[in-house]
Amino acid sequence: MKKILEVNDLHITFSTYGGEIKAVRGVDFELHEGETLAIVGESGCGKSVTANSIMRLIPSPAGKIANGEIIFKGNDLAKESDKNMRKIRGVDISMIFQDPMTALNPTLTIGNQLTEGLRQHKNVSRKEAEQKALEMLDLVGIPNPEERLKQYPHQFSGGMRQRIVIAIALICEPDLLIADEPTTALDVTIQAQILELFETIQEETNVAIILITHDLGVVAKAADRIAVMYAGKIIESGTKYEVFYEPQHPYTQGLLNSIPRLDQKGEKLEPIDGTPPDLFSPPVGCPFTARCPHAMFVCEKVYPLRHEPSETHYADCWLYDERVHTPNLMNKKEETT
Amino acid sequence: MVRYILKRFFMMILTIWIIATLTFVLMNAIPGSPFNEERTSNEAVQENLERHFNLDEPPIVQYFIYLKSIATLDFGPSIKKPNSTVNDLLGRGFPISAELGIIAILVALFSGIILGVLAALRHNGIIDYLAMTIAVLGISIPNFVLATLLIQQLAVNGGFFPVATWQSPMHMVLPTLALATGPMAIIARLTRSSMLEVLTQDYIKMARAKGLAPYKVVIKHALKNALMPVVTILGTLLAGILTGTFVIEKIFAIPGMGKYFVESINQRDYPVIMGTTVFYSAFLVFALFLVDIAYGLLDPRIKLHKEEGN
Repeated sequence: MKKILEVNDLHITFSTYGGEIKAVRGVDFELHEGETLAIVGESGCGKSVTANSIMRLIPSPAGKIANGEIIFKGNDLAKESDKNMRKIRGVDISMIFQDPMTALNPTLTIGNQLTEGLRQHKNVSRKEAEQKALEMLDLVGIPNPEERLKQYPHQFSGGMRQRIVIAIALICEPDLLIADEPTTALDVTIQAQILELFETIQEETNVAIILITHDLGVVAKAADRIAVMYAGKIIESGTKYEVFYEPQHPYTQGLLNSIPRLDQKGEKLEPIDGTPPDLFSPPVGCPFTARCPHAMFVCEKVYPLRHEPSETHYADCWLYDERVHTPNLMNKKEETT
Repeated sequence: MVRYILKRFFMMILTIWIIATLTFVLMNAIPGSPFNEERTSNEAVQENLERHFNLDEPPIVQYFIYLKSIATLDFGPSIKKPNSTVNDLLGRGFPISAELGIIAILVALFSGIILGVLAALRHNGIIDYLAMTIAVLGISIPNFVLATLLIQQLAVNGGFFPVATWQSPMHMVLPTLALATGPMAIIARLTRSSMLEVLTQDYIKMARAKGLAPYKVVIKHALKNALMPVVTILGTLLAGILTGTFVIEKIFAIPGMGKYFVESINQRDYPVIMGTTVFYSAFLVFALFLVDIAYGLLDPRIKLHKEEGN
């Protein structure tokens, strides 16, 4: 499998009146053709900002890529000019947004919104573009596409609109599709349909997908690999099975314990106490220390070294380090204070 | 669509009838008559004159005579300008007033929208502050003050433009400027705030994610949505420009309808009051109707009529 995206040590900051928010603090990941990577985490952990930065769509001038590289097919997108970025957006990398009710322009027909990207980037006639649009509507499962092309967004249901958004994203046959919470605004039955649609599309076009979500159910269905983000860092990453069945980081374990399971009836759900740290002045050590049931002295002071149980799986946590078993470091935080 | 237009047409007639009735009542409530000031005339002459213009009839009969004149679109002769009918006055004045009004509204629309869009795109930048300063000045300075200022500075002192009257394009510059600045300022402010709101919408981000050129994102995706509030207040602005023409025409000695309108009230020239009021209201009501149609064209979610089978 060809590697198409490699993100190295990405830092993104936002300047506000209150100071500089370090939204993303050194994120690395890579993506291969036809693969789905799910980035999960709670609100404000930096997952959407990471996704938007690949498209270079973080709101400027407030937000900027402070450091790091985004290597897409050999080019560093972090340093690309705006003009070149426009040739990449929509053609090589596409994006799907969270809320299909607001992602479509209410004053333009579906046909217009479908074909404009194609007409902008590829030298096609109006007729060819419309033909392609019909094919796309057919692919995403919209009945009567000829008639539908002339209609406006308000004439479609939420699920239909998300299908159209997907059709728009795919019309130029991109290599990478970034889906930012594509199912959050939809009800459960439509969610399942949309996720199945992703699967079908991936089989047909071999597109790589970055799936941003906080819904572990969606991850379980759609992802190949998972990256768990917390406070602007990826704290654990692995294949779907590794992360679900052998979670290493206490945060991942907490996340998995906080969702209801069908096979364990009557058990109480375990919430993770506390809130994520303030990103104006993020902690130097592990950001999860304040909420971690296993927190140690060292966690607060030094960011954990990477623990790698397998070639595809890693977690940033001190628990698995041999050295913490020396008595003075192993002391639990609360016992000593 | 046809049904909607017919319905609106009926409503327009109704509106004009109400305005005509109110005008008639008010006109008769003002003390005095067209012939009061003339000292030379004796009573017999005055009676003859009143009979000639049906002023000796009881008010209710006069009212129906007026309604008939509106229905037949023949407002009769002017009392004070014995050589011309009301229709003559309207025919002479309207083209000039319309020219002034239309040029002013077009100037206000284009410059206001351009100013508003630029201000929104350069939010909190120099252009934004400059545009909004112009807008605040434009809103707060009354058009008659601006008009006299323009005459003083650009015509009398500067000598760039003629002082008054309505003859060549050069004559049109100052009255248009005086009339258009207020509405332009309102349009600019409205466009700016509405653009700022629209630019944060998801569909704008989506348009950018498609890799569209920036001008396409702004004009095709943002502006069309941002113009909705502007279209909404266009009706009010039209009314403002219309009344503005009275003052501006007076200041620049432009022989438009406004001049006759103001004069007729001062002189109790009943047929001219009636004719101009009905004409102005008909014009405004029709303009509002066009604004509603434009609204439907801009936003497909607004249906002017119920769709069949829906």
